[in-house]
Amino acid sequence: MKVTLKIKRFNPEKDEKPWWAEYTVEAEPTDRLLDALNAIKWYQDGTLSFRRSCMHGVCGSDAMLINGSNALACKVLLKNLGENIKVEPMRGFRVARDLMVDLEPFFDKYKQVKPYFITHSVTPEKERQQSPAERERFDDTTKCILCGACTTSCPSFWANPEYIGPAAIVNAHRFVFDSRDEGREERLEILNHRDGVWRCRTIFNCVEACPRGINVTRAIGEVKKALMFRKL
Amino acid sequence: MYQRYDAVIVGAGGAGLMAALNLSAQARVAVVSKLYPVRSHTGAAQGGIGAALGNLEEDHWEWHMFDTVKGGDYLADQDAVEILCREAIETVYELEHWGLPFSRTPEGKIAQRPFGGHTRDYGKAPVRRSCYAADRTGHMILQTLYQQCIKNEVHFYDEFHLLDLLIENGRTAGVVAMSLATGELYTFHAKAVLFATGGCGRIYRVSSNALALTGDGMAVALRRGIPLEDMEFFQFHPTGIYKLGILLSEAARGEGGILRNKDGERFMERYAPSLLDLAPRDMVSRAIYRELEEGRGIGGKDYVHLDLRQLGREVLDTKLPDITDFVRTYMGIEPATELIPIQPTAHYAMGGIPTDVEGRVVVDEKNTPLPGFYAAGECACVSVHGANRLGTNSLVDILVFGRRGARHAAKFVRENDWAPLPAKADERAQQLVAERMGAQGDEHQGTIRDLLRDEMMAKASVFRDASRLALMREKLRETRARYSEIKLEDRGARYNTELLELIELGGMIDIAETLVEGALARQESRGAHSREDFPKRNDAQWLKHSLAYKTPEGIQLRYKPVTITKFEPKERKY
Ligand SMILES: Cc1cc2nc3c(=O)[nH]c(=O)nc-3n(C[C@H](O)[C@H](O)[C@H](O)COP(=O)(O)OP(=O)(O)OC[C@H]3O[C@@H](n4cnc5c(N)ncnc54)[C@H](O)[C@@H]3O)c2cc1C
Ligand code: SF4
Ligand code: FES
Repeated sequence: MKVTLKIKRFNPEKDEKPWWAEYTVEAEPTDRLLDALNAIKWYQDGTLSFRRSCMHGVCGSDAMLINGSNALACKVLLKNLGENIKVEPMRGFRVARDLMVDLEPFFDKYKQVKPYFITHSVTPEKERQQSPAERERFDDTTKCILCGACTTSCPSFWANPEYIGPAAIVNAHRFVFDSRDEGREERLEILNHRDGVWRCRTIFNCVEACPRGINVTRAIGEVKKALMFRKL
Repeated sequence: MYQRYDAVIVGAGGAGLMAALNLSAQARVAVVSKLYPVRSHTGAAQGGIGAALGNLEEDHWEWHMFDTVKGGDYLADQDAVEILCREAIETVYELEHWGLPFSRTPEGKIAQRPFGGHTRDYGKAPVRRSCYAADRTGHMILQTLYQQCIKNEVHFYDEFHLLDLLIENGRTAGVVAMSLATGELYTFHAKAVLFATGGCGRIYRVSSNALALTGDGMAVALRRGIPLEDMEFFQFHPTGIYKLGILLSEAARGEGGILRNKDGERFMERYAPSLLDLAPRDMVSRAIYRELEEGRGIGGKDYVHLDLRQLGREVLDTKLPDITDFVRTYMGIEPATELIPIQPTAHYAMGGIPTDVEGRVVVDEKNTPLPGFYAAGECACVSVHGANRLGTNSLVDILVFGRRGARHAAKFVRENDWAPLPAKADERAQQLVAERMGAQGDEHQGTIRDLLRDEMMAKASVFRDASRLALMREKLRETRARYSEIKLEDRGARYNTELLELIELGGMIDIAETLVEGALARQESRGAHSREDFPKRNDAQWLKHSLAYKTPEGIQLRYKPVTITKFEPKERKY
């Protein structure tokens, strides 16, 4: 099949403002959008810039705005996109070049929630015990690959770039609900901040966007609840 | 730009991050990585990390050691394997102590599952040794290590691309890397350098490896006169998704999956009567190729089936959720009710930059170290995997030897000063960039990359023989000639990914050459290196490691002995 891609391009080194490039690619319906982008880069226009690595939805490199919604280019198949495909960089972060955005602020927010295991008790010789049920409690949020699709699909984040954003909350959730972790209070305190969890307006875009199928809104809701019960 | 550190680690996958954690408390360390650390391919590892914890049944590191040596067709250095299997145990506990969310047994211990080639009591029956977190073990390892690096305030240079290694008067002096964002060259002046740049699986058409796995570290070392060890041994994993190469972990067979040919026959019964579908990968991949050759592929095509139907939806969704999702997403197939088309996929380089058990890079037959240069992980060759790696052993390798390399480097930087930098330290890197930037030919990069990958797949993959390898040698000449005819369209400085891909491709051609020359020379079949014209293992002549040097006259091969301690070579049967 033939597909036409309209891709939003911008190279701050030489462009004054973003512009649209159009490419036609011969492809299989079962090809990934990323295959089409690679075909353009390798055979038509080497200047097209995007990030990619694993090609199967586990490294988080290639989240972008595809036909108006966020997804990983390697996880959507052309047959589900129609013959005219519109591709743009994720919204809300500075465009570094073409489909690449500046991720530094994204990782900065992630780091704010102390996304690491905190314990004060004595480390046992072997493993800490955890029941399958306790492990299951935070399973959903362990899957996050930090692709940024949720945060950059969130109207609350577009409206207020200071908002810590769903991805950071997901990663806090992963520890807050881990029975072995002892940093719950510190983390909840951070999320209780003005630009923390309360900025979430439960719009659900993040759930739609998440390529790992994480129920992001539910995770945020659980963190809010943990905060409310803490206050009581 | 000039930067000075005690040590520089290149690569931020499992090996690089483990090294960073062990080194950064004691020295000023920079971690340079072309990908954001969490994008590294360690995150793609699925099935598990092997350690004889004995959580579900009796197990011992000696059994693990035996399996690893036998799985590697007796080419592994047994002193190194012993360290690997002993230290695997404390390493898994350390990961748990850092919060890694392993799957659990009903009693709350780390869960373990069977894996190819891992047995109880020196080969009697499969044993549950692979510690796992569903089929996302690598993801959890990468995340956990990165989290600990944040906690310990490790200094990262993200999206910096290694271009050169600096050696001055026989000592390591640092590296040169390009900032993707600005195109500037950075000279990192360092007492010690540790390469952890991962594998090179993208030299083949069908591959489980990320696009970024182009063997850069190996190529940079090779060009600086350092040999690559055992490059002829490249593992094809039996179960890649047909055409795409996306991996379906051995865990699928560990949980009960079965391989079937066009007649629905469980053909592994004929090839490995005791371990069946859980035989080591080299054997299973060869069995699949044989089935295809003898006309038992599905519908006359070059694939067979992986049958996961008997596992049931529950097991698929809880124990193998990711690969179940891959099959649904990319094939439109429901693994609970349908058969999955699979073919062997290029997976793992057993070879790499030669090191000793302290992670020191050694440059000749006598294992002479190059002071200050270390390597760990898939880019290195200790050698613990010999001629064929067992599943779950790479994750152990990257962590155990990432840590050992870092510990030795910590001592090295305490005891040594910086080697002086050469006058124009980044001259070679500048030259490389200028040459590529000036590429004025008319060939597309993709055409040449395809040529390399297709030909390697056809002529130097699972089965090999002298005539096809010799043809491949010719093809590589052609590839190299046409490489200089590639046109580079992007002349910009910032985010010039086209330039970096072109440089990667140049390195892949060098690496493919070491592989092909090593394979041509080795007139025997051992582990993953299977010569149809020399179908038997030949210990009298070939129980030795190869070392490939790049010289102006082409690749030169030398050899060094294998260290044998506990297990004398025997015929390998399962
Ligand atoms: C799909 C898949 C599943 C697997 N499953 C398992 C499993 O279950 N168990 C197991 O034991 N093994 C498994 N393996 C193998 C194992 O995952 C890898 O061998 C291992 O993770 C390699 O780790 P590493 O740290 O050496 O390299 P990687 O994790 O690949 O990291 C390489 C690093 O080097 C950096 N780098 C590369 N080139 C440059 C450059 N030019 N400049 C700067 N930085 C650079 C990259 O940015 C990256 O950070 C699997 C492999 C694959 C492909
Ligand atoms: S929660 Fe999902 S969408 Fe958000 S960063 Fe993680 S993986 Fe991406
Ligand atoms: S390329 Fe890794 S997630 Fe798409």
